[in-house]
Amino acid sequence: MADKTLDAKGLNCPLPILRAKKSLKDVPTGGTLEVLATDPGSVADFAAFCRTTGNELMESTAADGVYRFLIKHVA
Amino acid sequence: MTDAENNTKTMTIIVTKGSLDWAYPPLILGTTAAAMGVDVTLFFTFYGLEILKKKLDLQVTALGNAAMKMPLAGMHMTMPNIVNMLPGVDAGATMMMKNLIKKKGVASIEELREAAIESDIKMIACQMTLDLFEYSRDDLIDGVEIGGAATYMEKALKSDINLFI
Repeated sequence: MADKTLDAKGLNCPLPILRAKKSLKDVPTGGTLEVLATDPGSVADFAAFCRTTGNELMESTAADGVYRFLIKHVA
Repeated sequence: MTDAENNTKTMTIIVTKGSLDWAYPPLILGTTAAAMGVDVTLFFTFYGLEILKKKLDLQVTALGNAAMKMPLAGMHMTMPNIVNMLPGVDAGATMMMKNLIKKKGVASIEELREAAIESDIKMIACQMTLDLFEYSRDDLIDGVEIGGAATYMEKALKSDINLFI
């Protein structure tokens, strides 16, 4: 169970990333943020966001048109 | 200063365009870069200043833009320039684009500008353009600094990425 869930469904680039960045502030270091999105571009973007910021993308999955990302708050 | 602060990447963008469509690239890249830990400076000059006005009234025009094809009823619509010249056509195109923006979950310019302010993006308005087009500091939103080419250059020389949009 993630520490916090962000519903970014229906939002387009760059809003899922901007909202995720904001939500990470509410997650303690070592905690996890779950992001739900429908933007297909978010798959590559969350991977790039995590590689660049040093946060860990623990899971990236898709089901029924919804992408789910589980991010561990590291940095 | 900590090591993390020393390693901070920096980006500047010169923002020269103030139409509804061209306001997007600098604000999207700027806010995303800031979210990724980049120190961002936007320098607004000429028509880019429109984006800093207290009252945003950005318009789009298809006039002279052969690549602008709006989706309509499963097709993509283009119009001859002579039609685009008619009064009211720009207003119609602007309304159409704003409707698309809303429908597709794309951020509004107001929203991105707010995000830019929240993420401490440094926004510099060009003094010369303010003088040229007879605007004052009071026409612009709060939190904007005023500067010139040298102010921009000082930042740009130390930056990892410099873009002109």
